[in-house]
Amino acid sequence: MSSIVWSLELAPGAKWSGAIARGRLVRFTALEAGANVSMLLYNADDKTERYNMPDTLKAQYTSHLTKGHVLMSDNGRVLASIVEDGLGWHDTIGGCTTREATAAKYGTTSFQRERNDWLRNGRDNLAGELVRCGLGMRDLGPVVNLFSKVYCDEDGNTIFVPGHCPAGASVTLRLEMNALLVLSNTPHPLDPATAYPSSPVAIEVLPADPVDPATDPCVLRRPENRRAFENTWSYFALLGQ
Amino acid sequence: MTVFIHKESERRPDEALYDHIIPAGEGWMRDLRPGQVLRIVDLEGNQAADTLFYDAENPEDHYSAVQTIAGQQNIYLTTGSVLRAESGKPLLTIVADTCGRHDTLGGACSAQSNTVRYAHETLPMHNCRDTFMLQLAKRGDGYTKRDLAPNINFFMNVPVTPEGGLTFADGVSAPGRYVEMRAETSVTALISNCPQLNNPCNAYNPTPVRVLIWES
Repeated sequence: MSSIVWSLELAPGAKWSGAIARGRLVRFTALEAGANVSMLLYNADDKTERYNMPDTLKAQYTSHLTKGHVLMSDNGRVLASIVEDGLGWHDTIGGCTTREATAAKYGTTSFQRERNDWLRNGRDNLAGELVRCGLGMRDLGPVVNLFSKVYCDEDGNTIFVPGHCPAGASVTLRLEMNALLVLSNTPHPLDPATAYPSSPVAIEVLPADPVDPATDPCVLRRPENRRAFENTWSYFALLGQ
Repeated sequence: MTVFIHKESERRPDEALYDHIIPAGEGWMRDLRPGQVLRIVDLEGNQAADTLFYDAENPEDHYSAVQTIAGQQNIYLTTGSVLRAESGKPLLTIVADTCGRHDTLGGACSAQSNTVRYAHETLPMHNCRDTFMLQLAKRGDGYTKRDLAPNINFFMNVPVTPEGGLTFADGVSAPGRYVEMRAETSVTALISNCPQLNNPCNAYNPTPVRVLIWES
C-alpha cells in the first residue's frame, strides 16, 4: 500500500484534527469490534461552512449514512462522499458523549487518579480541537458517528444496535473540498455497554481517482447529489482551482 | 401505530402579556425570562415555524437537536419534551401541544439547500436561513452564521423509518393548533416563519403564525 500518504492509529479516547485536501481518500478501519469515531467536518478554507446534518439527510431522503451518500455542507455543497463502506450504516443523529454522561455511565474518573487511563468524552475532545482550530463551542453541531447504528422505531424512539461494528470494519470518505476533520474516538452516547467501549481506529489517507461525473455512484445517486456536486465544482471554478 | 399526544393549555390569550402575528416569510427574535411561556399558533394549518433558541446568558450555547434527542431518546417533540442546548442545559420544556409531533431533524431551508433539493433556478427564492441571518444581523450581539444550528420545525412531520429512510409528510397540524413551552432559563428565541414555495407539505401556501407570551 505504497499509495498511503499518511496514517495514524487513533487510540481509544484520543482526538485529532487536521486539514485534508480535496481529492484524497480517508479510510477508517476499526481495529477491534465496537468502534465509534465522532466526526465534525468544516471547509478548511472557510470554516463558517460546515457539515450540516439536516441538509445531508433531507436531500438524500435518509436518516443514516452509507456508501453512495455524500456529506453536505450548509452552503449546498459536498464536503465528502462515502465511496466504500463495509457496514451499511453510520449514525448522525446520536450526538457525542459528555463528561457528565460518561461519568454517570462508567464511573467518575480523573486524570489526577487514573492518569491517561481516565475516560475521555466526545464533547471535551471536540471542544479542545475546535479551539485549537480557531473555532469554539458555538461551532459544535451534530457529528457523524462512524461505525455506529442507531435507528428509530415507528414512535421515534432511538435504538442503538450493539454488535454492529466487527473488528476490521472500514469506511472510506473521498474529500470533495479541502476539509478540516475534527475527530474523537469516544463511545457512542447510546451504547448500552456497561464497560467503557474502546477500540483503536486506523486512519489512512490515500489519493483518490478523479471524479467522473458520468459514472460516479455518489454523483449519480440522486439528482440532489448531482446538483450539490455542481455547486461544489462551481465554487472551485470561481476560485480558479 | 404511532400515538400523537394532544394536551391543551388553560392559558387564555386575553391574559397574555404579548401577542403578535408573524406573517409567512417574516422573522422574529425576542428574549424570554425564566418561567415565561411561549405559545406558537399554526393559524391556518401545516405551516412550518422554524425555531432556534439560545441561552440568553451565554448565546454561544445554542439549541441542540442531538442533545434534545439524546435527552429523551426520541426524535419527535411533544408535551414533556425538554429542549436542550449544546451543553445539555435545559432551555425550555413543552407544556402543551395540540399538534402532537414536531420535527427536529429537517432543519431550515436556505437558498443553497433549495438549489440542491429542487433546482438551481430556486437560488433567488426567499428562505428560512436568510430570515435567520437578517434577524441575527439586526440583533448584533456578536451572533454570526456560526450560531445557526439545526433548528426545530414546529408543526412539521418528518417521519423516519426503521430501515433508515426519511420522508416528509403533511396533515399533522391543522388551523389553530398550537405548541406551548416554558422557559427554564433566560432564553433568546429566533423564529423564521417558513416561506417555502417548493415543498408540498404546506400545499405551496405559506401562512402566518401567532406568538403569545404569558408570565409563569
